[in-house]
Amino acid sequence: MNKLILSTAVLAMTAGAALAQDVVRMGTEGAYPPYNFINDAGKPDGFEIELGNELCKRAELTCEWVTNDWDSIIPNLTSGNYDTIMAGMSITDERDEVIDFTQNYYPPTASAYAALDEGADLMGGVVAAQVNTIQSAYVAESGATLLEFATGDETVAAVMSGEADAVFADLDFLAPRVEENAELMWAGEQVPLGGGIGMGVRESDTELKAKFDAAITAMKEDGTLNAMLKKWFGDDTQTYE
Amino acid sequence: MFSYCADPKTLEGLAWLSCYLTNGVHMKFYWSFVTVLVLLAITAPVALSFGFAGAMASRSHFPPLAWLGRIYTAMVRGVPDIAFFLFFVIALDQGLEWLRHHAMCPDWKEPIRQGANFLVCPEAKLPQSSAPQIWHEIYNASLAIFTFAIVFGAFAANVIYGAMNAVPKEQLETAHAYGMSNRQTFWRILVPQMWIYALPGLSNLWMILIKATPLLFLLGVQDIVYWARELGGSKTSVFAYPHPDWRLYYFLFLLVFYLAFTRVSEIALTRLTRKLSRGQATMAGEAQRKAAA
Repeated sequence: MNKLILSTAVLAMTAGAALAQDVVRMGTEGAYPPYNFINDAGKPDGFEIELGNELCKRAELTCEWVTNDWDSIIPNLTSGNYDTIMAGMSITDERDEVIDFTQNYYPPTASAYAALDEGADLMGGVVAAQVNTIQSAYVAESGATLLEFATGDETVAAVMSGEADAVFADLDFLAPRVEENAELMWAGEQVPLGGGIGMGVRESDTELKAKFDAAITAMKEDGTLNAMLKKWFGDDTQTYE
Repeated sequence: MFSYCADPKTLEGLAWLSCYLTNGVHMKFYWSFVTVLVLLAITAPVALSFGFAGAMASRSHFPPLAWLGRIYTAMVRGVPDIAFFLFFVIALDQGLEWLRHHAMCPDWKEPIRQGANFLVCPEAKLPQSSAPQIWHEIYNASLAIFTFAIVFGAFAANVIYGAMNAVPKEQLETAHAYGMSNRQTFWRILVPQMWIYALPGLSNLWMILIKATPLLFLLGVQDIVYWARELGGSKTSVFAYPHPDWRLYYFLFLLVFYLAFTRVSEIALTRLTRKLSRGQATMAGEAQRKAAA
């Protein structure tokens, strides 16, 4: 029975391949608003989804969105489950060794601490961060006790429940939460981290990378990328010159 | 869903809740319950057949087959479920692609393993990257079902093997005395009688299988645990229905669902036990006979 289902599926997939070519599978986390999230209709939505769709249109590619847990998002790219990553992923040397990045589509911005109390102990207390992020690496080095979570939402929940003294994350991820949550406030100084956010691709996919690079350059030049940044992150956000 | 849901920001109280609970993501949440039930409905019989085959192999008079059956049950039973799940799904996926790669792209020069990458030729990918998302989901679900079936099949094999040995030897000897062949004795005498001995163990397995379904979440299948975490997380005003952290309520709902499901299963299994005991040479069968007389 099982083998039957499996082989039928294999057959159907092989047959379908001849019909539709050049589908680029875009991997995202779907849990990092406003960069990417699953909206109320159950569809992927957010800055990176709108941007990704526009880039695909300009590069004349057919794209399809796939969500994947943040923690396994790079291994699943290298094993070929999807072809790109657009998931608020900062460009770092460490990641660049495993995968390739396009030029950044979101300028380098600050990361920030949020806590229930302005005077929270950021260097010696317990600080929550999402696992495998530049923020978690920074907290580990800062001397604070690092508390890691699988999703960004859980890091904020840990502060609200008192499990952590503060949360350290991208400024634009925390901003709407601090604004809308009366108990949560900024703490300490902002920290400039990372080389901006770029699209991750496999190192062997140079052609695909070049196509997206060209589309990003075009969007930077005609101002559409800046307009999109302002739409999703507010008028005060960093934009391209 | 309802006509008054067009502008959620203006709604309050029950109207808001009714719109919230019927929006697109919640529909996906409800569908994921169906997904889990369908997976269970497929996995259970497949695992049972694996178990039956494993038990038959273990009893075989042909030594290699008997070893195979015993190694299968011993090996799978000795490895933690989660470790087996995480390992086997990746191994199966890469194994299938490796086989297809060698069959379909003999001229491919690049090595398959390049550092962290596992790269087969595009024709060998499963499913094809151009295939619609639904096939990717079906493929993942099939891998999950297959893995579940192997794990639970090993436990079932052990239970069924024990049950076959529990059938009184006199029954089999009598069958032979009547001139039945080994095959006839097995199918006509042994199998019909062994179910009542296997049932307590199998019903236990069924309960464990129900409770193991959240493992699907680990395999990337968007099951009820995935959606409960996703929907319960706090939502900012980027969403149409902002709310604080409600994971507690969503997980409470899952708790109630699983409790209700296992309770219903218990009732059904009790009835099945009563039915199978009828006319059997067991204490329950004996009690039924006395009550009737």
